[in-house]
Order: sequence, then C-alpha cells, then structure tokens
Amino acid sequence: MGAKQFGARTQRVEDAALLVGQGRFIDDIALPGMLHACFVRSPHAHARLLDVDVAHARSMPGVHAILTAADLPGPLARERMPMLVPNASIAAAKTQHCLAIDEVCYVGQTIAVVLADSRYLAEDAANAVFPDLDPLPAVSNCRDAVAPGAPTCHADLPDNVVSRFTNAYGDVEAAFATAAHVFRESLFQHRGGGMAMETRGVVAQYDRGGDMLTVWSATQTPHIGRRMMADLLGRSVEKVRVIAPDVGGGFGPKAIFYPEEAVIAAASVKLGAPIKWIEDRREHFMCATQERDQYWDVEIAVDGDGRIAGVRGTMLHDTGAFVPWGVIMPYIASTTMPGPYVIPAYSLDVTVAFTNKVATTPVRGAGRPQAVFAMERLMDRVARELGLDPAEVRRRNFIQPEQMPYDVGLVFRDGKPVTYDSGDYPAAQAAALTLCDADGFAERQKRALQEGRYLGLGIANYVEGTGLGPFEGVTVRIQQNGKVAVATGATNQGQGTLTTLAQIVADHLGCRLDDIEMTVGDTGAIANGVGAFASRQAVNAGSSAALAATAVRDQVVKLAARVLDLPEDDIRIDDGLASGEGGNRPQVGFGELARLAQGMPGFAMMQRDQPGLENTAYFTPPQAAYCSGTHVVEVEVDIQTGQVEILNYAVAHDSGNIINPLIVDGQVQGGVAHGIGNALLEFAHYDENAQPLTTTFADYLLPMATDVPTCRIAHIESPSPLNPLGVKGAGEGGTIPAAAAIIASIENALTPFGASFAETPLTPQRIVETLSAKGAYDQGALT
Amino acid sequence: MTRISVSVEVNGQVREAEVDPRLTLADLLRHELGLTGTHLGCEHGVCGACTVLVDGCSARSCLMFAVQADGKQITTIEGLASPSGERNVLQRAFQAHHALQCGFCTPGMLMTLTELLNDNPDPTEAEVRETITGNLCRCTGYSGIVEAALDAAERRRAGEV
Repeated sequence: MGAKQFGARTQRVEDAALLVGQGRFIDDIALPGMLHACFVRSPHAHARLLDVDVAHARSMPGVHAILTAADLPGPLARERMPMLVPNASIAAAKTQHCLAIDEVCYVGQTIAVVLADSRYLAEDAANAVFPDLDPLPAVSNCRDAVAPGAPTCHADLPDNVVSRFTNAYGDVEAAFATAAHVFRESLFQHRGGGMAMETRGVVAQYDRGGDMLTVWSATQTPHIGRRMMADLLGRSVEKVRVIAPDVGGGFGPKAIFYPEEAVIAAASVKLGAPIKWIEDRREHFMCATQERDQYWDVEIAVDGDGRIAGVRGTMLHDTGAFVPWGVIMPYIASTTMPGPYVIPAYSLDVTVAFTNKVATTPVRGAGRPQAVFAMERLMDRVARELGLDPAEVRRRNFIQPEQMPYDVGLVFRDGKPVTYDSGDYPAAQAAALTLCDADGFAERQKRALQEGRYLGLGIANYVEGTGLGPFEGVTVRIQQNGKVAVATGATNQGQGTLTTLAQIVADHLGCRLDDIEMTVGDTGAIANGVGAFASRQAVNAGSSAALAATAVRDQVVKLAARVLDLPEDDIRIDDGLASGEGGNRPQVGFGELARLAQGMPGFAMMQRDQPGLENTAYFTPPQAAYCSGTHVVEVEVDIQTGQVEILNYAVAHDSGNIINPLIVDGQVQGGVAHGIGNALLEFAHYDENAQPLTTTFADYLLPMATDVPTCRIAHIESPSPLNPLGVKGAGEGGTIPAAAAIIASIENALTPFGASFAETPLTPQRIVETLSAKGAYDQGALT
Repeated sequence: MTRISVSVEVNGQVREAEVDPRLTLADLLRHELGLTGTHLGCEHGVCGACTVLVDGCSARSCLMFAVQADGKQITTIEGLASPSGERNVLQRAFQAHHALQCGFCTPGMLMTLTELLNDNPDPTEAEVRETITGNLCRCTGYSGIVEAALDAAERRRAGEV
C-alpha cells in the first residue's frame, strides 16, 4: 500500500463550505417556532440569593417563560453538576448548580433564564428580572484567599483550600544541602481565556412524540455533554443526541460542560419548543472558563558547571469558584516542569485555592506554559549567575535520545508514569537556534546597541504529554454508491480533523479523498466518544481510523477475491476499486461490493459473512505520547515605550510522524500567536471585589496581525512507539514555551540595565516601570 | 415598536424587510435574510468577523442598524463567488495557504481583504498586516492569511478572477 496521503500537504476538505459562507455554526441553526434565551446573571462576586422577582419581566412582550432553579425538571432543580475528573486530594469538590440556589459565587453565575420570541426581547426581559441578592465578602486574588482570616468563596466552607498535593521524586533535601549553587525565583503567571472567535451557544429541540432530546452545542466534547445532560435531566443516554456543528474555535474552554447547556436542554423539554442561546462576548469574558493566576516560588540546585542536582518549590493555583474538571490543570503543570532535563530530585507542593471568579480549566497548553516558564526562568538564572550561554546550560542538562524511553519519576494525569516515549531534545534546540541564526546574534546585538537599539534572544524547551486516553472511535463504512462514510466522536474546531482522518482512511482503505464523507461530533453517528482536548485526536482518532479502515480493507479483499475469482493475495485496492490480473473480470468497485455485502432478501449470507463493509475501532492508548520542541525568539525592545517587536521566531517541533504538514504548521503558527498573547498582551483583570474589568476586546487584548510574525518551523520527527501511526499531538506545542522564550528574549535585550522579569504577561507598562526602577531613564543613563 | 421598511441590495439582489429600528444590519442579514455567512464574534466592533462591504467600503455590520443600510448596496461573503458558484481568486488562495482553521473570522477577513485588493492591487506585506488589524483571528496566527492576500493580489494583477 502506497502512503499517498499520510505526510502530504493536502488542502483541507473543510474549507470549501467555509469560504463561501456555507458553514453551519451554532447560531446558523434556525428551527420553526424557536424561542431565544437570555440568562439572568449575578452582578455580585459573592452573595446570598434570597429570591428572584420575575413578575414584571414575565409580562413583557414576547416573553414565554422565565425559569429559576426550582422550575427546572429532573435532578437539575436541586443537584450540582457532576465533576468530571475527581481526585483524592480534593477536599471541597464544589461544582455549580445549573441555576443558582441560595448562593452565587462569581460575577455572571446563572440565576434564571428568560425565553422569548427574539434575543432582543429576551434581553429586555432579563434586564427586568430582579434577583434579591444579599452581598457577602468576596475573595479575588488566590494569595489573599489562602491568607488567614480571608473571606470564604463559599459560605459553607471553612476556608478556600480546594486541594493540596505534592509531586516529587528523589532526595531533594540532600540535593539542595550539597549543591554548589542554589538560585530562587518567585514568579507570577497569568493566562487569560481561550477566546475562540465564536462564543458558546446551544440549540435544543425536544421531540415529545419520540421522547428525543437533540442538542446542538458549540462544544469540543459532545459525547461527554450527552452523558452529563442524561444525568442532569434524568434521561437515558440513548434519549439524548448531542451534535457539535461547525465550531468556531475551541482552545479548551469549549471542552467543559456548562450550566447553560443543561438549562437550555431542560427548557426545551419543559416548554416543548426549540430554544436557542447564543452567548455574547461579555458573557464569554465573565462565564467561559479561563486559566488565570498561578504563583510559583521555585529554586534550583546546580553544581559548578550548571548541571542540575534538584528543583523544588511551591505553586499556588487560582481555581475560581468551582472545580468542574477537578485539579487537572495545576496537576499537569506540576508534572510538566522537569521537561527535557535530567533532574535527579524534584518536589513541587501545590495548593489550589477557591476565589470568587469563574472556574479555571485548561486553555491551550493546560498549565504547561506556566510550568515551562518556571523551569526555563530557572535555567536562564543559572546561565546568568554562572556566566554561561543559556543554550549551553540547557545542552548540559538534556535527556539524551539514547535514554528513551525515559522515566521521569512522576505520575502523569493519565494515571501512568511520566515516561517519555521518544524525542531528540538536543537536535530540536540545535535546529531552532540555527533557524534563528543564533550564532550571528551576538554581533547583531552589539551592532544594534551601538545604534541605541536593544535586541534580545530567548530560548525555551518543553515536553508535553499528548494523545491522552481513554479512547476515541472511528467507524468506516462503504456505501452502495461507492462513497465511504466515516464517523467519529472526535470533533473539529478548526484543527482539520476531517481532513487528517480522511487522509488516514484513504491510505489504509484505498479510496480517494473525495469519496470520503465525514461525520464528526455527532453522538448519533457513533456510540462512544470523548472529544477534543489534550492534543489527543490525531493519536486516538487517527489510530482508530487506521485500524477501522484496515479492517474494512480486509473485508473488501475477501469479498473482491470471491467476485473476481482470484486468490486474496492477488487483489489490489486503489481509488475505491478492487482489481487483479487473470480473474473473471478486471475489477469491481466499492459500491458493487457494498451492495453484495448486504445479501439478498430471504437468502443466506454468502459463507456466513457479517453484513456490510464496515468496522468500528476504538484505539486506547497505553499512556501519553510526549511531544517536544524548542522555541528561539529574537526581539527588539523600545526602551522609551516598552514596546516589544518580535524580529524572528523559530520553532523546532517534534510531534512524531506528521499526517499533514500544512495543518501541523498551521497549528504551530496559531499556537505561537496564542503564546504571544499570553506573553505580552492578554490579562483578565478583576478588582478587589472580584468584579471582572476586562469584558471587551478593547480591554482584553488579543494578538493582531502586526503582533505575530511568520514563524520559521523545523520538524523533528521522533515517531511514537505507542500508536500504529507513530504520531503525537500537535495542537499545543506552539503555545507552551512561547511566553518563556519571549520573556527571556526581553530580559536578554535589557541586560545593559540589569533588568530581570518574573511575570507573564509582560506589558509595555511593566517593562517601563522595571527600567525606571533600574535607573534607565535617569539623567545620563541613556547615551 | 414601530417597524420600518428597508430596501437593500444584497449581493446584487434587492431585498426588502420590515424591521425594528434597533435591529442591527448583521442580524438583518443573518436572521431575516438567511445569509448566515456573516459572523458575529464580539458585537462591539473590535473582532471584525461581521465585516461586510457597504457601497464598496468595509463596515462592521454589528455596529450598523439595518435601517441605516436602506438604499445601499451590501456585499457579503455569499457574494464573492461567481454566479455559477466558482470561488474567486482570494477564496482559492485562502484554501491553498491554509488561511483559515475554524473559519469563523474568515468572512470578515475576506471582505476586508476584498476592499484592500480593490483599492490597492499591489499591497506590501506590511500593508496587508496593517489592514487586517481590524480583524481578529485566534486560530491561524495570521501568516496564512497574509500569504493568501499577497498571492491573490499577484494573481489578480495577472488577470485571474
């Protein structure tokens, strides 16, 4: 079988409809008799909810109903949402009521929902619903939250500590006691939201006759959503169908199951009418999950040559008011920090704190950017203190390719040891340095400095556990017209899921890409599914696509051998045709074979075949597949304005075998853009009362086309031995080390002033403040 | 609320509707006229996903009322392909250069760049980047979009449509 598609820069099958305005996003769905929803939300970060006065709003034009918690059918009326990823360390497993009962714990928390003839009328009425709220003290910053005597995020809890856990191995005490040098850094890291360009949205339709609830949701995880809704509405899973239509970006926050999804579904059941809710951007800023704040206090022990003896420290994580996905994000962070380095002893004590803000859950990178920032800041500190080249310090500490598989000594969030399956970290760093012409940098920096310009170079390395389980499934079915139907629980928010899976099926089955009809993100199309997060779909769904297509190919070979009267070994399959030399006819097409595989009414199946040409495969990965890479960035800093211009951005990226370089390059470039936002721009501000202050794109800045250079990308391909395709995830590596590399480059540029930086994002204001404190603007300091 | 008659020419076709004065142009296009190719990403005029051409000039359809479009010519993403459905050179370049991932910002990008290429057939990379600072994309990191625009400009100059 020739690999025609795998590895090819195949143009995407998704694009045709999207380029002519024929995509079908959640707000494009219109059903007859559909009502429109607007939520009534808490204006306070913390308050007792005494009553909700809906009388006046109920009488307003076009209003059909206003529902509060007590009005909801089934367990929703009283029970909290299930928590998806429990962990023994979680002391207070608080999840949210879908509509608030007795207490609200963040600004924007859902209190009631208005259902009206139009969104305009629903908003009018929502403004006229008056919740009787008795404000309580709120806690905004997670450091304040764990201080003695802090107000509690939840009135019934004694404090704000959700969880304390330690991830450690080796003899850390001994490593630090005997080390030649110990360096300590205190870091503040902030990451904002996913900020997909499409907000969230739900359309629900309840068919009373068939007792069938169909929910369209702009989600990354329709199968998980189906199970959640079945529980919350007290329905059988088979009586709920969830469809993710075209979804306008995910980036993590759309992997979470939200209260609004359950409430809109329940309202449709209660009212018997289709209902649509489309989140507006302000709601998205308030109520879609973010990553937000972490404080890292870490230290590194090294010998006189900069070789690491140990790393230890503490990390405090702001989880917001609820823990819908448990503590996986800080957990991932704590197991990512060792990265590509040999670290004989490691210990990180993690505290997860409630605050009266929307919950934090994974955003592209999922805690890893922060872990990489912490580790790479320490490496830069070692380089600076010991007078070594930052690249050389890293080189001295790399895990070598021949040490693979490498057991770090920790347990990852998939429950398996952190065992790197493959990778060549020194090669990646060398490739990225070359792409950035690091050898010529010292000269460029020197010349620029003579002109009063400040150039800097920064490096960051990372290792990322991708392709997490539990599984993903793919069904491949040949139809009687010769077209190949492919269905999967994997979903598409722009990653090119349709194209990459179609490429794999085309190769393994032996058909044309154009003859494949993909269905993704529909629980009606495949029984079991998980969805998009943790850069998991290429590994899980990709492998399943290969397995299912291969199984169907075997069925085609068997049947075609009989039709053509040839031995199975003589059958060739290509472009949807089975052919062979010397049989009773030259070839037979997939369509004819599919008809034969249905048998004839009343006749026995030939040789007791199973009917149809189809197979469903569920690949279950044994553990994470670890992708890795290096970012090297060259910047120029304008010391008068604090403006940072990225002059060159190089990425060496190892995600194993590459299915489609066009798509992987796009993932890397887009991921870097996200990382630039995290490094320089994006900040979800809250005041001391936990009121969100950044609720428009004028306040919360996303990277623009003038902020993001075109990256130079090198691919290192270390195949994963853990799946049949040798692939690893590629969706997050562009983001993970970006902030670390960029902040390092800014610090390097400002070496003449002795400036150092320990925070993200690093805004122009903070750069100027730092330079000012260093005396950069004192008379005579600038020449 | 008093309803007001509006008559707009959308993609060459005269369309008439009775609308509330507060109905935005975007909602008119999407929900009254069924042209859902125009997207709403922020509804406060920053993201640019809702960009359409009004009498040939780019405009935020989320910041315009439908009644303000009365008597005007509107072009949306649905109006870019030829009458027989052939995608134009910019649309083709977007696919070739992987200038879209989720496709949500794409309508606004296409309309903004259509205006640019009409006004400036030979833009520099810096001009393309500056022009699309009014359109946010979270997926692509912009490089594919910039490459597509420059490629489409070159092809247009060579006579491709």
